[in-house]
Amino acid sequence: MTTPGALLHVDGLTKRFGGFTALNGVSIAVKPGERFGLIGPNGSGKTTLINCVSGALPVDGGRIVFDGRDITALPAHRRTRLGIVRSFQIPKPFTSMTVLENLGIPLENTAHGRADDGAEAMQILESIGLATKADLRPAGLTQIEMRKLELARAMAARPKLLISDEAMAGLSHAEVDDILTILFRLNAQGITIIMIEHIMRAVMRFSERIVVLDAGERIAEGTPDEIVRNPAVEKAYLGE
Amino acid sequence: MRRAWVSVLIGLVVVAAGVALASLRVNPYVYFAGYVILQYVVIATAWNILGGYGGYVNFGTPAFFALGAYTAVVLIQLMKAPLPVLIVAGGLVSALLGLGIGYLTLRLRGTFFSIATLALSVVLQTMIINWEYVGGSRGISVIRPSGPPFGNYVVFLFTVMLALAVGAVLVARFIERSWIGRGLAALRDNEEAAECMGVPTLRLKLFATTISGFLLGVAGAPFPYYVTFVVPDSAFALDYAVNALAMPMIGGTTSWMGPVIGAVLVGTAQQLATVTISSDLNLLIVGVVLVAFVVLAPEGILGLVRRLRAP
Repeated sequence: MTTPGALLHVDGLTKRFGGFTALNGVSIAVKPGERFGLIGPNGSGKTTLINCVSGALPVDGGRIVFDGRDITALPAHRRTRLGIVRSFQIPKPFTSMTVLENLGIPLENTAHGRADDGAEAMQILESIGLATKADLRPAGLTQIEMRKLELARAMAARPKLLISDEAMAGLSHAEVDDILTILFRLNAQGITIIMIEHIMRAVMRFSERIVVLDAGERIAEGTPDEIVRNPAVEKAYLGE
Repeated sequence: MRRAWVSVLIGLVVVAAGVALASLRVNPYVYFAGYVILQYVVIATAWNILGGYGGYVNFGTPAFFALGAYTAVVLIQLMKAPLPVLIVAGGLVSALLGLGIGYLTLRLRGTFFSIATLALSVVLQTMIINWEYVGGSRGISVIRPSGPPFGNYVVFLFTVMLALAVGAVLVARFIERSWIGRGLAALRDNEEAAECMGVPTLRLKLFATTISGFLLGVAGAPFPYYVTFVVPDSAFALDYAVNALAMPMIGGTTSWMGPVIGAVLVGTAQQLATVTISSDLNLLIVGVVLVAFVVLAPEGILGLVRRLRAP
């Protein structure tokens, strides 16, 4: 199965941890510019799928094609340079560097990379509302600022595809809206976004299309409205 | 780029000052002790490229140092190779070992990597002990070439080690200020995040282990001519493992200056203690100072200075 025109195409992906099959022949196709939601109960394989797509984990079967290129065997940093960038569920800032220097790492190491004079990094920080914190160490940031730093750092890598792994978990209502606004704006700039999220309000509002995983299998796909009405999804989340 | 030339110039000035000092003909013991301190500048700087910049703690310093020394012994035995050849060859062989250790980081991180490097030292020492050609456990006597270019041979070696120390520090400084140093810092902070931000972590780790191994081998290569009698116990001494780690930690690991400060301070204290109190006191001094620093000033002397300067 190939979907013509897809930016990311995951085909029959299988991942096992010992005897446990975390992903069983999962296929998804994400179109350029799309806002794509990936949901599923805890342990359904969402993060494993993202780890396989970003290159953190090797796959046991299947194929990953990005921008027309088979990237299944590429190491993670090469995928980042091609334009697949992820943010982490638990923020992983570079703790010995300032906020500004944190952005310098992807700026310098991605395909568009060159020694940055700080102007571009500063611009990104301004757009995300972290400019006043540029010279702080990550340890001095609040939880929401830490999430924003994750996104800012991802943006500095100039993604074509941004994978946001639970960027909003544990945030307040207003803070969730704050992050959503940023993600909408990134999408408007032409960045394709895959959102993994447990906060249904956010993912339903954000996504144009949603795929539901359960126990390592794809159980549903559709618009947010279709997903809400899908009995299989309800069963996966709530049981019979 | 201009600033790089300035630092090379400063390095040359330091070497020239050393040559001037060598021609002063003060008490010969000064050169003898100075050599050891400079050797530790190289060792601490080399260790810090991997341990300080990259965050991979190497307990196997003696293995790299001794490999450099024994490579020199082999070449002296085989063909009486000249000192520059010994230094380059010792460095290259240790660099190969470093490259091998680099591939270990694929599977081993943190404490496990450190334990593996410790084991490496033991394995290598056992091999050397059982290799008769380089003297085995009884050791081997090395005759210094007659007629050094200037001074007596110890003064000459002192100057050579000074040049090596300056070279090592320049390399470390260059790495620190390049994208390589920044990439290593990123992977030290969080390897997974670094890789996901486009940093080629494996390549940087291999680079760091190789260059660190090279410099440690370089430090060890003149050792046979310095001591003139090489035994495995002295070439693989625990001192190297402890000092290599303690000196950067005491000085500060995030900058090239840290290992230099640490090596000069601790090295000098050790030399003084050796003459005035006892030669067994060395490791005790380092141990006490290291514990104090880890508890009170985890970022070393440089960190202390930075804290004092901050408003």
